[in-house]
Amino acid sequence: MFHRIRALIYKEFLAILRDKKSRIVLIVPPIMQLFVFAFAATLDVTHVSMGIVNLDSGKQAYELVQRFRGSPTITDITFLPSETAIKDFIDNKRGFMVLSIDEQFSRLVDAKLPATVQLILDGRRSNTTQIVAGYAASIIQQFNNDLKANIGIKEQPVQIEPRNWYNPNLLYYWFNVPSLCGILTMVETIVITAMSIARERELGTFDQVLVSPMSPIEILIGKTIPAVIIAMCAGSLILLVGINLFGVPFTGSLLNLYFGMLIFILSIVGFGLFISSLCSTQQQAMLGSFIFMSPSISLSGYATPIENMPEWLQTFTYIIPLRYFIVITKASFLKAMPFDAVWSNAWPMAIIALFTLSGATWFFKHRLD
Amino acid sequence: MSPRRIKALIIKEFHQIRRDPSSFLISVVLPLILLFVYGFGVSLDLDHLRIGLVLEDTSPDAQDFARSLINSPYFEVHFGKSLKEFEPLIVRGKIRGVVVVPTYFSAFRYGTDKIAPIQVIADGSEPNTASFVQNYVNGAFQSWLSIQQSSNNIAGLAPVSIASRYWYNEELESRNFLIPGSLAIIMALIGTMLTALVVAREWERGTMEALLSTKVTITEIIIGKLIPYFILGWLTMIMCMVVAIFFYEVPFRGSLIAFSIVASCFLFSSLGMGLFISTVSKNQFVAGQISMFTAFLPAFMLSGFIFEITSMPKIIQYVTYILAPRYFVSALQTLFLVGNVWSLFVIDIAMILLIGTAFFLITAKISSRRLE
Repeated sequence: MFHRIRALIYKEFLAILRDKKSRIVLIVPPIMQLFVFAFAATLDVTHVSMGIVNLDSGKQAYELVQRFRGSPTITDITFLPSETAIKDFIDNKRGFMVLSIDEQFSRLVDAKLPATVQLILDGRRSNTTQIVAGYAASIIQQFNNDLKANIGIKEQPVQIEPRNWYNPNLLYYWFNVPSLCGILTMVETIVITAMSIARERELGTFDQVLVSPMSPIEILIGKTIPAVIIAMCAGSLILLVGINLFGVPFTGSLLNLYFGMLIFILSIVGFGLFISSLCSTQQQAMLGSFIFMSPSISLSGYATPIENMPEWLQTFTYIIPLRYFIVITKASFLKAMPFDAVWSNAWPMAIIALFTLSGATWFFKHRLD
Repeated sequence: MSPRRIKALIIKEFHQIRRDPSSFLISVVLPLILLFVYGFGVSLDLDHLRIGLVLEDTSPDAQDFARSLINSPYFEVHFGKSLKEFEPLIVRGKIRGVVVVPTYFSAFRYGTDKIAPIQVIADGSEPNTASFVQNYVNGAFQSWLSIQQSSNNIAGLAPVSIASRYWYNEELESRNFLIPGSLAIIMALIGTMLTALVVAREWERGTMEALLSTKVTITEIIIGKLIPYFILGWLTMIMCMVVAIFFYEVPFRGSLIAFSIVASCFLFSSLGMGLFISTVSKNQFVAGQISMFTAFLPAFMLSGFIFEITSMPKIIQYVTYILAPRYFVSALQTLFLVGNVWSLFVIDIAMILLIGTAFFLITAKISSRRLE
């Protein structure tokens, strides 16, 4: 039996790695994506372009404008002649926001009366502009504090002291690289497994495997092991690049991470073979894997936190393996996750793996009859 | 070019579409699933943030501040005795941050020099959530403080205040721009996949060679492929629009004519990209992979759909210029939320057409070379 499985594993490796194009497709895109997405996927806003309408010729308004010009995050300021120019500026996306200072501003500030400035923001990208509005607010807060200091009001004695654990400077790639380690490993695994049976079916070679003395379980094991090995290699490669090239700190234990990764990959292989056993052509398998992957990624908590989703959708995320594994990779990289915490995220994946692998075996047998 | 041959090719293609379940999967099932997932699953409006609260000070002031956090729609507050207690929860990602109110909290009333820091600890392993935790706590504190100061006549009210207005999306509903954006992503994927997979299959099965050996010219084949999938793509687009406007109730402020023009140009370019991919790869597995890696993921990550392009490294910003979805996302978001801004659309349409034409020219060139 072992001899037969070994032969099948050998054959699988050949089938996956023999063709040069598919070899390239397995190696190049994940690495390229790691590089591009690690730096591109940032919700941080760094190069802000904005407009200013300053109808006040007084000193205070000039002072405020100077502060905006001095901000390191605001790289591009356009001066607009009047409030009517704002619409054109925002509509054509020439900037994220417009600061509008009216004629009264300096007079009111000098008279120590409350003054108001207007901030017009582009709601088409309200997430970004909320952050940008935060920058503007802190510039104005500083302006206020200095004004108060000038007239002898002391700084308020209670202050917020922000601190960010595990990633003090909130670097996005520290978050992206561990998450991509999970996402890209999943993509790789599903691609290999979902296509494997479907391709053989389409090419007709599957019948040859079936007439051999192998049992369905043996065939399944023979399909699972190569996929696990290749996916583990891919995962390790991403890990290696992440730690050594990107310099993301790895504070946890590699052993724990690999334990989690193995169970994660098994659960994904289960899904992949399950999809594959349902499909009769490669095209269907490809679509099936896509239909599996894209909700997996979107609902895994990578792009947006799970607790923001509607209740019923949160329940649905429990069957997504990536949801658990992203917690493990991220915490293994940044938070030195202890084993018991890894385990509490690993056992749900183990149960998923059990279900999908046995489901695949069942379907597999079923379709043989 | 003979219209009769093209017509025959189109009829043949429609028969294939009708017979093949995967065309239905691509053009109906997949877009609906994606719209559904993006519509409900992806939201940038952070609320229900789970935070821990440690009150070292139990004075009425501290309690009042705690109440303002509890009443805030952004937080789900859990009380604890010490920071230590929350540490394992942060490691497991169960809570997003901890607020520690110090013993000297009431100091602001007496104007002492001793500064009492309110520690706000956020889980930096998710930078976006962390900065929102910081911003929201800070905002809650500032507004609480100013209410206290004005009701108690304590000096220090801010001299300059800001009146913010978010145009075109007053209620700050992220769904309003994410749905139009995801429409663009979905069409990028569907358009590319429709042609990429279908033509690659013809190459793989050898029926393409058979076609090429007949009198039919390469231009006729391309047109014969393009028209049926263009119609199919349009049906998908209409379906998505109906879902976006009537199910998700995203306002649509532009005109349908402007929409039709932009959408047609975009479909043309993504079908062209699919044709190009399938001609280069000639193999379904490779074509599927490439269309995922070059059509879907860049459209998702680099089009400005979620991640702001101006914040990306310069090299990646240059890459985004040759991605048609970038222009389509921008045009669709504008069409939905702002209305007709032709000065913006003209540039978007020109770029999309340029990219699409490039794909067709290259495809035609490669295919004709293969004939020899």
